Amino acid sequence: MNRAKHTLIPTRVQAMAPGMTGGTGALQGGRTIRFQPVNVGRYFVWGLAAVLFAVAPLIFTSGFAVTLLSQMGIFIIFCLSYNVIFGQGGMLSFGHAVYSGLGAFFAIHALNWIGAGTLSLPVALIPLVGGLAGAFFGVLFGYVTTKKSGTPFAMITLGIGELVFACSLMFPGFFGGEGGITTNRVVGEPFLGITFGPQIQVYYLVALWCFASMIAMFAFSHTPLGRISNAVRDNPERVEFIGYNTQRVRYLVLIVSAFFAGVSGGLTAINFEIVSAENVSAVRSGGVLLATFIGGAGFFFGPILGAVVFAFAAIALSEFTKAWQLYLGVFFVLMVMYAPGGLASIILMNLRVAKYGKFRRLLDPYWGLLLTGAAALLGIVAVVELTYFRTLEGFSGSKTTLFGLPVDSASPEVWLTVIVLLVAAAAGFEAMRRRFKREWDVVQEEIEEQVAREVKL
Amino acid sequence: MTAAQTGAPALQLTDVRKSFGKTEIIRGVNLSIPAGERHAIIGPNGAGKSTLFNLVSGRFPVSTGSIKLDGRETTRLKPFEINRMGLSRSFQVTNIFHRLSVFENIRAATLYSLGYRYSFWHRLASLRDAAERAEEVLQMIGLRSRRDTMAGLLTYAEQRALEIGVTIAGGADVILLDEPTAGMSRSESDAAVELIRRVTKGKTLVMVEHDMSVVFGLADRISVLVYGEVIASDVPSAIRGNAKVQEAYLGTTLENAETAHG
Repeated sequence: MNRAKHTLIPTRVQAMAPGMTGGTGALQGGRTIRFQPVNVGRYFVWGLAAVLFAVAPLIFTSGFAVTLLSQMGIFIIFCLSYNVIFGQGGMLSFGHAVYSGLGAFFAIHALNWIGAGTLSLPVALIPLVGGLAGAFFGVLFGYVTTKKSGTPFAMITLGIGELVFACSLMFPGFFGGEGGITTNRVVGEPFLGITFGPQIQVYYLVALWCFASMIAMFAFSHTPLGRISNAVRDNPERVEFIGYNTQRVRYLVLIVSAFFAGVSGGLTAINFEIVSAENVSAVRSGGVLLATFIGGAGFFFGPILGAVVFAFAAIALSEFTKAWQLYLGVFFVLMVMYAPGGLASIILMNLRVAKYGKFRRLLDPYWGLLLTGAAALLGIVAVVELTYFRTLEGFSGSKTTLFGLPVDSASPEVWLTVIVLLVAAAAGFEAMRRRFKREWDVVQEEIEEQVAREVKL
Repeated sequence: MTAAQTGAPALQLTDVRKSFGKTEIIRGVNLSIPAGERHAIIGPNGAGKSTLFNLVSGRFPVSTGSIKLDGRETTRLKPFEINRMGLSRSFQVTNIFHRLSVFENIRAATLYSLGYRYSFWHRLASLRDAAERAEEVLQMIGLRSRRDTMAGLLTYAEQRALEIGVTIAGGADVILLDEPTAGMSRSESDAAVELIRRVTKGKTLVMVEHDMSVVFGLADRISVLVYGEVIASDVPSAIRGNAKVQEAYLGTTLENAETAHG
């Protein structure tokens, strides 16, 4: 299959990867497109992030929202830690939950020790316990996994993941067996009245750690080791000829990544007050990969978007439908096919179009995409929901509601309507997509020409 | 200690052999290249020139024999260890970091030699020596105007120049260039010769090259490799006149050979 033909967003966007010169994009001089915030801009962005963290629970005040926000923060750390090895280091891991999960287990034991009075540590520092445990297992497992790169590396991580999952069921003393380990986070001396009893206090703890971890990982991507890991991603062979042992680079980078994964695990333990085998499972490892890819592994902020979208889908969507994983799967497939650079690349490419004042021309095609896309989505949702209803709840009769309308899931007319809608909308969407692609390519070409002219000037 | 101080040749190969399975590709090569020399290795396709480079740079292990860099044994060392001892190589097929900018490509190549190694406690932006060295190399290879372009988007000739830039950025004393002008037009290759002359000033250069005008324009000495053996190693004028070379490599007459390989 010709990938370029089917891709909405050209793969070139992936290009604007971490590791492009600190801050400047495709151009130089005053008209530089800045794909990464620089200096003043950078402080502004970090400041904005801090404000967002601070005010988010003041805007979304419901208990559900605060729970959701807490989980998003934890997942952001996890996804960013994954991207340290994946997007920046070129290591596709299928077992990253090992580090967050084991970090979570050590953190929850530490919490219990604090509760029992055998350990004296502020609860706020529990994520550090998780991080150190994660890093420790990074040192241990990474020694084996990073001996290889590419596909063998991916296979070994899969093996390690299964191994740890099996162990978690074999040693109930430490892992708590099927039920997992539970704890009570309200332990130790309250500091300034903070007990971590109320969820909002946990949220702010998560927010603090998340913000600090974001800065730390961003800083890491701008160190010699971080940059060399980009080089190893691009061309491991050449790195050997500029003085670096690629195996050691991969190993060190994995340990750094495992540390932050462990931090997210420690926060998980505090947030849920339970850690079980599920925390080290392949489902978790797959989730972090999915979310990072959806967000855009080629950009530092991509995994943040991915984590937010994924956590929202997993928590909010699962309130409404049993089929949320199916929708997420469809979304993932569509992203891989049409926008392999992830949400981040879609945003940046459109910003670039807007910067060159050509966004107006894409408006019409975008409306076409949006309308046919929405219709196709309705069709997909209708088919999926009706099918789920028939197979899971069909025993209680065939009457159900769809988008608030009463429908009979046994009626052929309903099915016919739904399928016709789906097919028509899908055909319309495909037509719109082609139209969009044509216009998009023309616009991109014009921008490239403009860029080339500016370089010459 | 540099080669000049020890008096040892920059590069010395003693009875180096390399077999892949039953086929012996390099069959007892002896070569001694003094420090500061510009040395070209020529030979017909399949003579083992690239293999020889891969042995010297540690990409492949030798089967038997010994290789010394500035008098120090490098025979069993890994590529990065040999690089740290002061030998750097380029590749025939462009081998750069395509998703990093031109500047980042060069800067990455300076980091180890400047002592930053695996550091995650230095901020790249604060490393003035690395930035200065990178700018200096950019100036030398003529890619200053392309500083922030992603390496994968450069033209072919520019990528070849960057390839050389990445090779020299670490400040190695012995530079191996594998067909630096391959696939270039006449004017591009003339520019490349100038570039090579400029960046290898005061260094030892060993290069594999097919373009005879490049070879005779640059090299102090030429070794002719045929079927894994060095059949002659001498100054260009002597190589031109060497009957054995003309017979075995250049063909029956010099004119024919120059049109065939030039």
